[in-house]
Amino acid sequence: MASSTDETPTDYYASGSETSDGRVFTVTGQDWDSITAGLGGLDDVEERVVVNMGPQHPSTHGVLRLILELEGETVTVARCGIGYLHTGIEKNMEYRSWVQGVTFCTRMDYLAPFFNEAAYVLSVERLLGIEGDIPEKASVMRVLLMELNRISSHLVCIATGGMEIGALTVMTIGFRERELVLDLFELITGLRMNHAFFRPGGVAQDLPPGALDEIRGFVALMKKRLPEYADLCNANPIFKGRLVDVGHLDLAGCLALGLTGPVLRSTGYPWDLRKTQPYCGYETYDFDVQTWDTADSYGRFRVRLAEMWESLKIIEQAADRLARLEGGPVMVADKKIAWPSQLAIGSDGMGNSLDHIRHIMGESMEALIHHFKLVTEGFRVPPGQAYVPIESPRGELGAHVVSDGGTRPLRAHFRDPSFTNLQATSVMSEGGMVADVIVAIASIDPVMGGVDR
Amino acid sequence: MSDRTQDPAQDPHLPVPQEDQDASTTVEAMGVREGMFGVRGTGDTSGYGGLVKTTLFPGASRRPYGGWFDEVADALEARLGATDLDGAIERVVIDRGEITFHVRAQDLPFVAQMFRDDEALRFELCSGVSGVHYVGDTDRELHAVYHLLSMTHNRRVRLEVGVPDADPHIPSIVSIYPTNDWHERETYDMFGIVFDGHPALTRILMPDDWPGHPQRKDYPLGGIPVEYKGGSIPPPDQRRSYN
Repeated sequence: MASSTDETPTDYYASGSETSDGRVFTVTGQDWDSITAGLGGLDDVEERVVVNMGPQHPSTHGVLRLILELEGETVTVARCGIGYLHTGIEKNMEYRSWVQGVTFCTRMDYLAPFFNEAAYVLSVERLLGIEGDIPEKASVMRVLLMELNRISSHLVCIATGGMEIGALTVMTIGFRERELVLDLFELITGLRMNHAFFRPGGVAQDLPPGALDEIRGFVALMKKRLPEYADLCNANPIFKGRLVDVGHLDLAGCLALGLTGPVLRSTGYPWDLRKTQPYCGYETYDFDVQTWDTADSYGRFRVRLAEMWESLKIIEQAADRLARLEGGPVMVADKKIAWPSQLAIGSDGMGNSLDHIRHIMGESMEALIHHFKLVTEGFRVPPGQAYVPIESPRGELGAHVVSDGGTRPLRAHFRDPSFTNLQATSVMSEGGMVADVIVAIASIDPVMGGVDR
Repeated sequence: MSDRTQDPAQDPHLPVPQEDQDASTTVEAMGVREGMFGVRGTGDTSGYGGLVKTTLFPGASRRPYGGWFDEVADALEARLGATDLDGAIERVVIDRGEITFHVRAQDLPFVAQMFRDDEALRFELCSGVSGVHYVGDTDRELHAVYHLLSMTHNRRVRLEVGVPDADPHIPSIVSIYPTNDWHERETYDMFGIVFDGHPALTRILMPDDWPGHPQRKDYPLGGIPVEYKGGSIPPPDQRRSYN
């Protein structure tokens, strides 16, 4: 373009009146009269108003962009724009070893990191053919951490959902309890999020001393705190006024659009992969699948609330088993797959255990070679593909992992429930009020890290 | 299909079958792996750079498949036999407890509709579509992989469609499984597979004007060298690594 000869400098941003379709108004609130007055003088006036909400808006659960067509305050068309948080995690995993992949996928759905890791490592274990060799303690620890994670994820959903409709107390108490779960994560894995704790073959580390006491203390405390949510919300007329019959989606709609998790269970259908297609030994735990029969946002809230009680039941059982399994192995016995060293706390923080360093540096040349090969090259996975779905807090989370026999995945694709469920935005909110769009999306509980990956 | 099944007597790269090997296991060559450290030519002092190994994926399975796999396959054959689409299922692969139906691209909508509606099948839920780029699978480089779930029977199957890189067209099944709307858009965005009949096949994760399809194997990962204390570490896809 050979221009810029005129005096005025090029403005790289479109001005308020430049658009391909219709006039643009920048709305800041309380100025509806001035807008209608501005439109009054035009002949080609039409009722349709297109509102672009997001990608930066506190009520859109991260960088979600909503494109709403309004007639007055009624939404006629709702569309989602996603991709603002696309980080290429799946592509990156193709350039890292099978073990390193865990550190990438844990960052996808950042409210449910353990579920991302579990879906991935279960798929890799199926590819390796070692599903039956995982030590019991590793499976119990996975279940324990996943259920703790389910509680923390549901708490964030309820807390942010409450905040978006103005129930700030629900937000503050939700994050108060979530903090306790994150403290447990920090105690057990060393990190509050992005743990990379599940590894193909087991988990990275044994439980630290005193962890079971902390977990039991947490369960006891949660049993006192969880009723607060019920007291605050269940029969609260304002809360019910905002949630009841909002974001309605029945069973047929859920199946057609592929919705799973609390949204599906709020239609009354007890589909929970922990019961129907158990993994990690869930069939040996005593818990119930929670459902509701209203198929609306209120039902989804009640399902999540009830599921936290079920998770507490599972955590108690897992803690009892871990007490019995003290000292047991947490990594598969096959030394060609198991990470060679267990971590330990040293004078400079967490790192390779000194015993292991002493062993490979001073005692056994073979152990040193073995360590070197596993860390630099990693193990090879026989060619083939596997898809292992698990029940994440948001629904079916599955990892489709393909190996070509190399030390790195040929392809790792995650069927993230947030991505799929977000498609229901249109059908849940069209024909409703604009304020109900926020409630409907909050009831889906999308996490953009998982949507965009 | 038969021309794709490798004959060990003709291909020196393939392992010679053992006497006790299960007659029902076949393999499918999907490419060749060369070398070991990503080093070629004079830089290779180890000799491992000369390694050549065929990548063998699990091949077609033979009856009986075992368990409910036979029920599904029987129902499928009965329905397909009534039409003139006998060749719609190219082969059935059973591996690691999962069953995969390789479907001819143009017959996918019919097969998917049958999987959804047939009383004996009833796969109500589609878990979306995932693309895979098999560079070595000549004339079928791009695969679309669908995972179907039957809640009625509590079963899962996988449908796989392979299309050539030069003509990457697969019929859309959004009209059968509306959930695949975004999934097909993502697979188009990432692999360039065109789903014919999709209501609005646009990019979904990458910007609208993005050139290329990032998940394809010929698309570089990107990145810049990182310098630290005088040393320079190339980006991950340019480092020397095991392959």
